[in-house]
Amino acid sequence: MDAALQLAVENLLARYVHAIDDDRLEDWPGFFAETCLYRITTAENLERGLPLSIIYGDSRAMLADRVSALRHANIYEAQRYRHTVSSTLVERVDANTARASSNFQVVRIMHTGESMLFASGRYLDRIRMKGDGGELQFEERVVVLDSRSVDTLLAIPL
Amino acid sequence: MSAVTESRAWPAEGLARVPYWIYQDEDVYRREQEHIYRGDTWNFLGLEAELPEKGDFKTTFVGEMPVVVTRDEGGALNCFENRCAHRGALLCLKSRGNTKEITCIYHNWTYDLEGNLTGVAFRRGVRGQGGMPEDAKPESEAPRKLRVATFCGLMFATLSEATPPIEQYIGPEVAAKIRRVMKEPVRLLGGYTQVLQSNWKLYFENVKDTYHASLLHLFFSTFRLNRLEQKGGVVVGGEGGSHASFTMMKSDPSGDEYERAGMRSASGGYALEAPQMLESVDEIGDGVTLQILTVFPGFVLQQIMNSLAVRQVLPKGVRRTELVWTCFGYASDDARMTELRMKQANLVGPAGYISLEDGAATGFVQRGAAGASERSSFVEMGGRTVESNESRVTETSVRGLWQQYRRHMGL
Repeated sequence: MDAALQLAVENLLARYVHAIDDDRLEDWPGFFAETCLYRITTAENLERGLPLSIIYGDSRAMLADRVSALRHANIYEAQRYRHTVSSTLVERVDANTARASSNFQVVRIMHTGESMLFASGRYLDRIRMKGDGGELQFEERVVVLDSRSVDTLLAIPL
Repeated sequence: MSAVTESRAWPAEGLARVPYWIYQDEDVYRREQEHIYRGDTWNFLGLEAELPEKGDFKTTFVGEMPVVVTRDEGGALNCFENRCAHRGALLCLKSRGNTKEITCIYHNWTYDLEGNLTGVAFRRGVRGQGGMPEDAKPESEAPRKLRVATFCGLMFATLSEATPPIEQYIGPEVAAKIRRVMKEPVRLLGGYTQVLQSNWKLYFENVKDTYHASLLHLFFSTFRLNRLEQKGGVVVGGEGGSHASFTMMKSDPSGDEYERAGMRSASGGYALEAPQMLESVDEIGDGVTLQILTVFPGFVLQQIMNSLAVRQVLPKGVRRTELVWTCFGYASDDARMTELRMKQANLVGPAGYISLEDGAATGFVQRGAAGASERSSFVEMGGRTVESNESRVTETSVRGLWQQYRRHMGL
């Protein structure tokens, strides 16, 4: 195992979920390369070879649109997430690229105080080691939900 | 008379009022299962494209009743109760697959793909001991078979012999609006389920409510995908429970009714960094950019620009509904078209720029009216009756739902 690589990737994954959970959504697109793929799908769609996503973005601009819609356009009740990410496997592809696979669970906390296990699944990532500003960045992040069901709505990204 | 019809009276104003107990009562919910889902209605099962091969099956629900849908060796579609004749266990545990026969895991009773009981394990006993009496007729408790009808690649089922032919049930005008979307063979793109914390009828009203769309959904009004000043209309069909509403997006590129009326949904200053998502292709060729269509009690067909989907509305208790989404394109789509549909899928589903808000809104009504069983919602936009209309500033299709609903329920 490449310990330095492992630590660097785990640090990226941790910074990513803290940004979301701390409601710093404006920082979220910056974790991605300018041309990228971020999508949320279900294990069922993936296994059946069906391309549909719940959220699909192929550029940082599309991800920025998600954030501005959440802030200024869409109606939904105030809510926060708490991500737990674990069991991260990292594999180097080439000098500037790594692949990672990790498990996640997300608790959703509504403004009313109601908490629920909102989502569980895997992050399948392709990571650029020296992205903008020398930081690690996602070239690709496929969020695979274990369940095909989502309660009420999925506003904040996973 | 059931407990429902005895204790509950519909408001004297008729279709212009909807009493809140209708979304809250356990008795109403039970009566719906019998009189609507197991009564003379056509229940949506899915797309034929989900079962392309002989032996393909899927499991789903007609109301709360679990059913198996199969394509048999002769290529015909069948639908039967997912309940073993023996002890009532689920016959089919998988959501989909391909098989030659169906075997109940509990005691190994077997069925063919038409739902006929074909084998009872150890029926004659073992070594001359045990077994069933000679005159036993276990098939008398066999899973009930439903009549299946297909229309434009859509599968429907009914338990009743009295349900009229599918096209008549939908109504000719609404049927024509199905035909324009289901114009050629489709390709499945995938699906997911949105769980709504509300009664099923609140969602079905929401889809039929042409008045809310551009007021709740900022995306519709800001990007002029659906504004009430744009050309369009609403058609009500069948017994009132079918409808299609449509918008011609490019018919009024400069209207400012919303801005002048100070509507939140057109509050201005909102723009996309990546507007390519909203570049649509007029693939049907009639200028209709948005069409939402329903068939009572649980079918929705959607064309939002190039995002095509069917939605199956499944009741899961008085206050819980599952919305089963299946998105599709056409078999003739090239890679570019599929990519456009993938991008526009951002508009729909649980995370849809538009649909996420519907997920929230129906729950707001369920919660808001929790202490007001004896009060009613006020449904007089566009009058108090049910008719097709060129204006979408109307709740005519919501009233149409209640017209058909009350007939089935005897309310």
